[in-house]
Amino acid sequence: MSIIIHKNTKILVQGFTGKIGSFHAEEMIKYGSNVVGGVTPGKGGMTHLNLPVFNTVKEAVDQTGASTSILFVPPAFAADSAMEAADAGIKTCVAITDGIPSHDMVKIKRYMRRYPKDKKMGLVGPNCAGIISPGKSMLGIMPGHIYKEGKIGIVSRSGTLGYEAAQQLKDLEIGVSTSVGIGGDPINGSSFRDIIEKFENDDETIAVLMIGEIGGPQEVEAGQFAKENMSKPVIAYIAGLTAPKGRVMGHAGAIVSAYGESAIEKVELLKECGVTISTNPSVMGETVKKVLVENNLN
Amino acid sequence: MDIHEYQAKKILSDFGVKIPTGGIVYSPENAENKAREIGGSKWVVKAQVHSGARGKAGGIIICNSPLEVADATDKLLGKKLITNQTGPEGKIINRIYIEEATDIKHELYLGLVFDRSSESIMVVASTEGGMSVEEISKEKPETIIRSKIEVAVGIQQFQAREIAFGLGIESKLISRAANTIIGCYKAFSELDATMVEVNPLVVSHQDEILALDCKMSFDNNAMFRRDEIAELRDKTQENSNEVYASDRGMNYVSLDGNIGNIINGAGLAMASMDMIKLAGGEPANFLDVGGGATPEKIVKAFKLISMDTKVKVILVNIFAGINRCDWVAEGIVQALSKIEIKHPLVIRLAGTNVEKGNEILKKSNINYIEASTLEDAANKAVKALG
Repeated sequence: MSIIIHKNTKILVQGFTGKIGSFHAEEMIKYGSNVVGGVTPGKGGMTHLNLPVFNTVKEAVDQTGASTSILFVPPAFAADSAMEAADAGIKTCVAITDGIPSHDMVKIKRYMRRYPKDKKMGLVGPNCAGIISPGKSMLGIMPGHIYKEGKIGIVSRSGTLGYEAAQQLKDLEIGVSTSVGIGGDPINGSSFRDIIEKFENDDETIAVLMIGEIGGPQEVEAGQFAKENMSKPVIAYIAGLTAPKGRVMGHAGAIVSAYGESAIEKVELLKECGVTISTNPSVMGETVKKVLVENNLN
Repeated sequence: MDIHEYQAKKILSDFGVKIPTGGIVYSPENAENKAREIGGSKWVVKAQVHSGARGKAGGIIICNSPLEVADATDKLLGKKLITNQTGPEGKIINRIYIEEATDIKHELYLGLVFDRSSESIMVVASTEGGMSVEEISKEKPETIIRSKIEVAVGIQQFQAREIAFGLGIESKLISRAANTIIGCYKAFSELDATMVEVNPLVVSHQDEILALDCKMSFDNNAMFRRDEIAELRDKTQENSNEVYASDRGMNYVSLDGNIGNIINGAGLAMASMDMIKLAGGEPANFLDVGGGATPEKIVKAFKLISMDTKVKVILVNIFAGINRCDWVAEGIVQALSKIEIKHPLVIRLAGTNVEKGNEILKKSNINYIEASTLEDAANKAVKALG
């Protein structure tokens, strides 16, 4: 199995009829994702890309049985759309939108706490590339062809650095079970820890590549989780060795403001947790390969 | 986005936080009049630059007469203040804040930030005001009080009281202190702030609780709904190339090295900088042109890099996804037909249609060095420095 999305996962596109939503919905459909419709308030009843458009997520879920949504809604309305998805019973929502205010993210996370665990939506992102289970389904904006089907779980903050890793693995003929982009924002839906726990529980995944960067506590929290709870090897690369302190490096969350948030400190703390470090971004693939050989996993 | 001390004080006072009487001036003459208007016998002249540690750098001067206030203003205005936070180039002083001097009994620290672990708003306070929060956590960690605020209901009176009692504030001043803390919380949560810092927050001999120095930062992503904050931006306090970039939707940070970078994606941009360093070079900048890397963005990126006089070599590293390499290559060719680049240029393309992209570059008449991997690109860029 893959994690989060599988061959038949029914997908809704929120912000379906917009330019960006349409473009990526089409790419997802081409890849083979089971897109069953979309939501654009006020355009319900229309047909777009041969699929039904609904006014509300609730209506869309009722009529299509969708469990999953992807969000291309502009920043000002994105928080509202994510909460609408949570309330309509969507199980996983991937927010692609870049530029959602942090205060809105805190609000979304607080809002989702109203649901019991089994009814609570998993939010992935925002400001991320989305999720792909190669050969099965794509719920994101990545180039699907660079991912080979296989057994490595990838979780990355950065989109393009995640692509870089997938390409390096493919060049070494190593495939990916699922790749998840958790996004570059300071407050995000799913953490590294949330995702690696899913990989640990996935029969198909044999090792996990975690691609982090400066800022925030999530990489180290995931390392501690791995040390205490994981049987599968974890390999990590942390970007931002040369990043100056106190500056935002592109991603709103990529800023060193406390101990343990710089690349060097994260690398040291992860090593202590038994995580294998890819010392530079050019050898992420090779490092995974080495770990597979060492653990007799290939 | 950062704002000036006097702007932060105005905002906090609108939320009920008490501040010393003061006013902003732009000339020495103005300053003398302002001092008389404020009254009293002692004034503090404060350089308004986006930096802490201004006092140690000579940016804060205590004066005993309106004439001294005028002299101090004359001395500071138009100068660059170099603090341990501004870097060696310093920051220009265009505005002076004049304030009545406060008779300080205790100096406290009060800060509000997002706590990324608990995804809530955190109030941080300490009895050791005047020191930076980093210094406090190193030297007097036992004095730090932390209080997590539930954002759905906001800060409660009891939480503010607990913090105030924790700071050792006298009983008769507790409700004043609590209202100060609540005011700061409200400003933080209602204006999309990412940081509020009052340091020091003082208890005066006249039993007042006053915000003596304040700093506020705001979420750039929220500026679409915060016109009143967006207009407080002072571009003279920012690196001019960074202003150029941010006004055009690019993420750019100026650095000290000489290898200029044009990269798509923040993570890949940081990774490329790291590779340059590992190869023995130093990056001149961080530049993320965005995941899309459209031809228009690439033109702007080349313009931006060519404005940086430190740059001796340019490295372009694009991982094309949905936007194909052939398209990106055309963007590069187009950009270079508009801008003359005198420095060696290393280009690494990867991802969708990489062969086609490289072929377009080869067939064009641009003078460049082709690179295959991240590592290859960094090595070639460092080698090109000669």
